[in-house]
Amino acid sequence: MKRSIVVLSVLALAAVLITVGCQKKVTETIKIGVAGAHSGDLASYGLPSVNAAKLVVEGVNAKGGINGRMIELFIEDDQCKPEVATNTASKLVSDNVVAVIGHICSGATKAALGIYKDSKIVTVSPSATTPTLTQSGEYPNFFRTIAPDDAQAKLATMFIKDKLGIKILAVLHDKGDYGKGFAELVKQYAEAEGIQVVLFEGVNPGAPDYSAIVNKIGNSGATAVVWGGYHPEASKLVQQMKDKGMDLPFISDDGVKDQTFIDVAGKYAEGVYATGPMDTSANPMAIKAAADHKAKFGDDPGAFFLNAYAATQAVVNAIQKAGSTDFEAVSKALRSEYVETTLGKISFDARGDVIGFGFSVYQVQNGKYAELK
Amino acid sequence: MNRKNQKSELIASLVSTIWFVILLFPFLVMKVNVTGGKAVVIFRWSYLPVIAISIFVLSFLWRRALEWNQHRGDKTPVRTPLSGIRDFIITALRRKPIKLGVMALLLLIVLAYPYVLGMYHTNIMITALIYVMLALGLNIVVGLGGLLNLGYAAFFAVGAYTYGLLWKYAGPAFISAGIDTGWLFWIALPSAGVIAVIFGILLSLPVLRLRGDYLAIITLAFGEMFRMVLQNSGPVTGGATGISLIPRPWLFGIRLPPRQAATYIYYIAIILVIFTIFVVRRIEDSRVGRALEAMREDEVACEAMGVDLVRNKMATFALGAFWAGIAGVLLAAQTTYINPDSFTLWESIMVLMAIVIGGTGSIPGAIGGALILKLLPEYFRPLAQYRMLIYGIAMIIIIIFKPDGLIPRNRKRYTFVEKSASDSVPGVQK
Amino acid sequence: MDYFIKLLLSGTAKGSIYALIALGYTMVYGIVKLINFAHGEVYMIGGFTALIVGGFLSTLGMSIPVVLLFSILASIIYSSAFGFTIERLAYRPLRNKSRLSALISAIGISMILQNFIMLAQTEKYLPFPSYLPDLPFLQPVREYINSTQFIILITTSFIMIILTIIIKFTRIGKAMRATSQDKQMAQLVGVNINQVISVTFVIGSSLAAIGGVLICSYMGQINYYIGFVAGIKAFVAAVLGGIGSIPGAVLGSFILGWTESLGTGFISSDYEDAYAFIILILILILKPDGILGKNQKQKV
Repeated sequence: MKRSIVVLSVLALAAVLITVGCQKKVTETIKIGVAGAHSGDLASYGLPSVNAAKLVVEGVNAKGGINGRMIELFIEDDQCKPEVATNTASKLVSDNVVAVIGHICSGATKAALGIYKDSKIVTVSPSATTPTLTQSGEYPNFFRTIAPDDAQAKLATMFIKDKLGIKILAVLHDKGDYGKGFAELVKQYAEAEGIQVVLFEGVNPGAPDYSAIVNKIGNSGATAVVWGGYHPEASKLVQQMKDKGMDLPFISDDGVKDQTFIDVAGKYAEGVYATGPMDTSANPMAIKAAADHKAKFGDDPGAFFLNAYAATQAVVNAIQKAGSTDFEAVSKALRSEYVETTLGKISFDARGDVIGFGFSVYQVQNGKYAELK
Repeated sequence: MNRKNQKSELIASLVSTIWFVILLFPFLVMKVNVTGGKAVVIFRWSYLPVIAISIFVLSFLWRRALEWNQHRGDKTPVRTPLSGIRDFIITALRRKPIKLGVMALLLLIVLAYPYVLGMYHTNIMITALIYVMLALGLNIVVGLGGLLNLGYAAFFAVGAYTYGLLWKYAGPAFISAGIDTGWLFWIALPSAGVIAVIFGILLSLPVLRLRGDYLAIITLAFGEMFRMVLQNSGPVTGGATGISLIPRPWLFGIRLPPRQAATYIYYIAIILVIFTIFVVRRIEDSRVGRALEAMREDEVACEAMGVDLVRNKMATFALGAFWAGIAGVLLAAQTTYINPDSFTLWESIMVLMAIVIGGTGSIPGAIGGALILKLLPEYFRPLAQYRMLIYGIAMIIIIIFKPDGLIPRNRKRYTFVEKSASDSVPGVQK
Repeated sequence: MDYFIKLLLSGTAKGSIYALIALGYTMVYGIVKLINFAHGEVYMIGGFTALIVGGFLSTLGMSIPVVLLFSILASIIYSSAFGFTIERLAYRPLRNKSRLSALISAIGISMILQNFIMLAQTEKYLPFPSYLPDLPFLQPVREYINSTQFIILITTSFIMIILTIIIKFTRIGKAMRATSQDKQMAQLVGVNINQVISVTFVIGSSLAAIGGVLICSYMGQINYYIGFVAGIKAFVAAVLGGIGSIPGAVLGSFILGWTESLGTGFISSDYEDAYAFIILILILILKPDGILGKNQKQKV
């Protein structure tokens, strides 16, 4: 008797797992993959895009899908590791997806793109900013709803030179693909513009304390600090700089132009500059997306949420306009059609970079990012 | 079991349910969110009964399983139909023609695998095979030599970067000379092995005096330092951006599409793994292998017996590094993109886990462990974001119920039979 | 010179942060010889408990000192409970098995706790409110040291002294030392080693909890992943000082902090970890058991 209880409960547990795991697939759906870091240390950048895709797809399916066909999402984790990303990509290819929203990290994107390219799958990344992804011309299937690093770096440098009038600069980065890429470009442009870069160093992401490097900034005589990287480190840096009474202008990238940064850094965030896509706070779609997120998942959206939302909207629109899921037609539609998204009215150029939203510099004022005209 | 026992077990489950509900309450029922500098806590009361019931069931099962596990060994084997079948299979396998037949069938399955299951399964199998090679290599160091190496990923990186750098610097020359760049892979394969061996010997020099956890931390330090060098020497190695568009090995100048390339790499990996198994088995039975095992058991006694510890430790690191180098080239060829993030401490830990879960020192164990460790997370994909949680739980369950690994090492016993006496005297038997 | 002092002080602050976590690490290692990879996760749990309980209490409108007191208490209790449970569930069944098995179990626990918090709470970074008081007398020297750093430094020294007293002079301390030397022998003379090991885990975890609250207040943020990085650093520090030794863990942490800080200040932070590792390698080559570690003669 006892044994049967044990067996039954094991079976029940297994049944629950299986039903959770393999829900019956509805036929004739349009399959869209969502890939990115959904576990591991970078999950905080990958999971918001999953929520974004879910919200968009829910909305589309509620209205009857695309031309009567429902959209089905295939959500796959790559942990931001290139070697996992190849597996993720081949999984999505085996699932016959027509488009992929992702990947999140540039490294993983590079590893996966080769597979998508040969399988003719449109890939729209919300966050991979390495310039070569589009500029090398190697990947005709690649699009992104975020500006490449060089555009941002150029903007940040010109802002530092013209608006802030800085002559001596310290550039820090998080040693990562994204942060270091941005920092190196800023250094390059700044030196070309005659700004002296006295400090160019990487710090350990995740470290609890940055006071040594803050002291070094103070000692270097720099009059402004550029940070290439994400917001957790930025907020620690800003906080520890201000604690030491150093009130230097702090300029960063769109990894920092995130409401979470202001929440985390609190009063220390005041006055920080960051480059980012043009103001979306007035965009009704962006407001609605954030509200929907709050209603469905119980909290505010995270990093790259709006980019991923726009990416999904663009893909959905392209499939709709193309009237089919054919690769040529969809990529042509992505390039030719303008679509109203959370980022504004966007389209893509021949190389796959987004057009339609200008980049601008923001400053934290009274706990909000305010666009500087 | 009687009724009283049953009752006390239920009470025990109830107690642990209460304990866990209290323990998990702030994390599962309460959820914190901070907006505008103010913390907001919401309560998810609906979770409470679900948590309580599942913990009750799980703790009941856990207790039973532990008990079963404890008494598993001390039952006298009972003849059941199942054990009869098992015995029949074991005796059948001893017979040569059947053994050959099974081997042939296995080979057929291995060969047909990519055609039957498609690209995704081929790709994850390649990743798993790369890990099999890594695990077999580390098994020489940890399993045979007893030297805990937490910097193993560095040798893996050496291999991958050998191919990557060869492509980056020699690739353009190859293209301009009109030679097929597919050859680079075949050049990289042996040279990565050799370079990794050199690195292995270099690493072994400063750590000769250390053992145990101190050795572990020093190898960890070297591994991380190597990664740092890769990350910071941007002009040479591409730094954090890595090296991209590394060519896949091509078949006699034909550029294969990913699907066929995956199949091709799969076969290369299979051949390399078979080669690895062959060599590793030979090492185990060789003079070096036995010296290593003696060293693991007792260094001082081993030295007193005339075994050259310095040479043996160097040999261990060199041999271990060789396979990691080879595996690294395969990784670079499969992913076509490498950056330092693929060679973190976590990678070294994963390989170590593969060995321990499989059974330290056992070759089938290392293979099984690596396959499980790399394939499970892929098969857990339907669990979405829960998969790493379930994966961690699976690891713990395996290690608690099979602490010596899934396929523990079956050590060779040497018995010495005296010619005149009828009874055998056990000889070397540890 | 002024620059040097500043760097030295930030090294000290950093070192005391490492020491808070390293102390728990080294205690557990000293008794059960287990590299407790889950220790960093217990520290993270401690921080989250303080955030959740503190957040809940402050919505009830309690004053800041009360909130601080209760959230630290709750975090100590919960971390200890987690430490205790982890030991019972994942380490005790493996106590007489190969040490590698226990290590794998520890890694498994670390994975489970990270993913559990990520799924049950959030994957995002959350701001961690600073309940710690601003010490006015440090205002003039804030370029050198701020009040949170000062509080962490004082707490670390205090904990070190208390722990040394516990281990040297109390009954349970003697039992701990006996267990660490020889489990079987300790059992023979009447030490309840299960109890001793549980107490060790409880003490180690409550230290992690204090570390969690203080360090998160200093960083001003918390995330499910903070434990892993901190754990590795603390482990390095503990080994540097001689793993198993309480003053050794603190000394090792300070050396680590100073090396990183001075290396960053005078060379470059690109190789920040490398300086620490080079010092580690040099020390271990000269003294293979760490600075204050006991030289374990190998018996045949």
